[in-house]
Amino acid sequence: MSAAVSISGRQWKRPPLFIHSRFWRIAIYGGALAYLVLAIGTLDINWTRVAEGLERSGRVLSGFFQPDFTSRSRDIWQGLVESLTMTLTATVVGVLISIPIGIGAARNVAPPIVYYVCRSIIAVSRAFQEIVVAILFVAMFGFGPFAGFLTLAFATIGFLSKLLAEDIEDIDEAQAEAIRATGASWLQLLNYGIQPQVMPRLIGLSVYRLDINFRESAVIGIVGAGGIGATLNTAMSRYDYDTAGAILVVIIALVMIAEYASSHIRKWVQ
Amino acid sequence: MLRIEALEKRYKTGDHALKGVSFTVQPGQVVGLIGPSGAGKSSLIRCINRLVEPTGGRIFLGDVDISAVSRSDLRKARRRIGMIFQEYALVERLTVMENVLSGRLGYVSFWRSLLRRFPQGDVDKAFALIERVGLSDHVDKRADALSGGQRQRVGIARALEQDPELLLIDEPTASLDPKTSRQIMRLICEICAERKLPAIINIHDVALAQMFVDRIIGLKAGEIVFDGHPSALTNDVLSRIYGDEDWNAQRKAQDEDAQDAAAVAAFEIDRARHLEQV
Amino acid sequence: MPVSHANGTAIWQHRTTSRQWLGFAGWLGLVALFVYCWQVMNQGTIWAFVADAPRQAGDLLTRALPPRWSYLERLWLPLWDTINMATLGTLLGIVVAIPVAFLAARNTTPSTAFVRPMALLIIVASRSINSLIWALILVTILGPGLLAGILAIALRSIGFIGKLLYEAIEEIDETQVEAVRATGAGAVQVMDYGIVPQILPAFLGMSVFRWDINIRESTILGLVGAGGIGLQLQSSLNVLAWSQVSVIFALVLCTVVISEWVSAKVRHAII
Repeated sequence: MSAAVSISGRQWKRPPLFIHSRFWRIAIYGGALAYLVLAIGTLDINWTRVAEGLERSGRVLSGFFQPDFTSRSRDIWQGLVESLTMTLTATVVGVLISIPIGIGAARNVAPPIVYYVCRSIIAVSRAFQEIVVAILFVAMFGFGPFAGFLTLAFATIGFLSKLLAEDIEDIDEAQAEAIRATGASWLQLLNYGIQPQVMPRLIGLSVYRLDINFRESAVIGIVGAGGIGATLNTAMSRYDYDTAGAILVVIIALVMIAEYASSHIRKWVQ
Repeated sequence: MLRIEALEKRYKTGDHALKGVSFTVQPGQVVGLIGPSGAGKSSLIRCINRLVEPTGGRIFLGDVDISAVSRSDLRKARRRIGMIFQEYALVERLTVMENVLSGRLGYVSFWRSLLRRFPQGDVDKAFALIERVGLSDHVDKRADALSGGQRQRVGIARALEQDPELLLIDEPTASLDPKTSRQIMRLICEICAERKLPAIINIHDVALAQMFVDRIIGLKAGEIVFDGHPSALTNDVLSRIYGDEDWNAQRKAQDEDAQDAAAVAAFEIDRARHLEQV
Repeated sequence: MPVSHANGTAIWQHRTTSRQWLGFAGWLGLVALFVYCWQVMNQGTIWAFVADAPRQAGDLLTRALPPRWSYLERLWLPLWDTINMATLGTLLGIVVAIPVAFLAARNTTPSTAFVRPMALLIIVASRSINSLIWALILVTILGPGLLAGILAIALRSIGFIGKLLYEAIEEIDETQVEAVRATGAGAVQVMDYGIVPQILPAFLGMSVFRWDINIRESTILGLVGAGGIGLQLQSSLNVLAWSQVSVIFALVLCTVVISEWVSAKVRHAII
């Protein structure tokens, strides 16, 4: 068959996946490769120090695999209590402040001026990560969990207000319109038209933020904002790896419990 | 009585939705508003309670010029106008009772509504309305647990809970099956007759409109092209409203739906009998 | 039932009385818990310091402003290191996360009894520990420097990408995989033709997203000695050179904004 003859011998190549222009494909992949070579080439690693460290690592690791909960149990307990209390208070305060800001940052319920003010608050709160904020708060309010509380509350505002505002903007407008048509005031509109639609998500997000705040509370202690991170930092600087191992086990266990609990609560409120 | 004079609506996008619409609705009169999509039906009824701000013309409900009331008086104006929505627009996570009581929001204070402490008179009225629309067994069910027809009954009860002087009804049967559609239309018309309520029903199903309403207004591209008794709605008029092709297509679709047509006929006989009894 | 009858009229309440009390007790409990936590937390708080905070803040501002922009030229090399730390760490994390994810996904794991729990344990352990804490540990083992930072970023990324990826794998359309298997394809071929095409966009998206987060995190790893711009931050903080700190913050903010923009653009292009 002549048709079969003309078909055979035709080449097929898989078309490129993402970048269709040949020029850009070569430029981007080539650029990425050049960057990698350069990045690895400029890595300044002190291999002798690493080799020394690896010898020591046996001792460090054995500390982590044989955690010692008892000898510094008071410190661990105090750090844990600080972490848990500041997580809870910061989440509660953060949520309470987030609700009005979140409503103000929703385009469909807030007037334009309020909208821009609230959006700027959110942008400021999200711009810096918790550690940087904690450094500033520690400098202003002194060492200890109060600075940690402020840090976490501040971070909660940026997180929660943004998501709440997005939820409010995504509601079913027909329900809100129906409430508006009954002659409801603005507050009644929020209470009847919007709250029922966003409440389950708001509870879910608050619980999720509680979970995140606990994780963060373990970190901001490193810059002096109290909590179990501070205890961990002290243990590490004392070369007390057994206690550090115990603290890590506690953190991992609590994070797992918190995550498990929070996913259950979120399922339950849906 | 509702009087609309030279109503204009031009959206910011440049759409000229309403071009000087004027008409008057007498007490107890049920008006069907028909026309192709984009003719301005939805804009028209939303201008009446100012969910959409009109850009010109006047709207009188009784003696009040709704188009001129201030923002603060708008609340009082809106509570005199009940509205029933396409796709029901119930607050889905609230119960049937809360949805019906939300019709009183224009009357009660924020704190009362927040604590769900409505005056007993409002609650009595709500019970009566829920019974009237046949949902007595579902008072405490959440709205999203109801079927489409039941939800629209809640929507009707919510509108009536306002003690309205006018009903605005936006495509009440758009998402219902033919049988439920007729039940809902019959319920609306019965209630309007009982209470001498004027109503404007925005409806795309011409056959259904002809079956129930007292008067039909045909809207095309923001202008009234027909205003009269349903029986005056000839094929010529309908072609003028919908355009030749669209109308024939719609009619063909209806012809093909033979079962539906038969049901319509059966219902008309039923309705005639019903009217004779009354 | 919130509907009750009294004197022949129906009375409606939002909630039944017992549920009302239950809700009330719940809120009261939360308030009590909050007050208790507040008390415990602030046992050691010196309120004089807190009251002094506005003055401290003002003091801080006058020291921080104007920023010492001339310091900027000493930051370019640390910034380069920071970006490399994030990028190489992300790549390393991805390389490890891919096999872990395939071992953790219920539909691709070789054994649900042993391998899957192990893979899940790796993911959970990696996720529970912040990269800063990973860096803290690694710096004690390997000594200060970029290597500790890269490994810290990589260790944290394994859990993040591993979790999202194994969830994506579990959600794939099994019929497509079955169809490929029905052609007689081997295990690797099934993966290549049946699974990879389904998860590739999601995978690239989450990788870029993690890279963006890693840029953010790598800027502070220097606080515990893991190299990059955080080292400069630490030394400036130690000598209370707030005018240098403000320069560093400004540079970090710019970097983060740019990386966020790049990541959003790339993800948009992929999906």
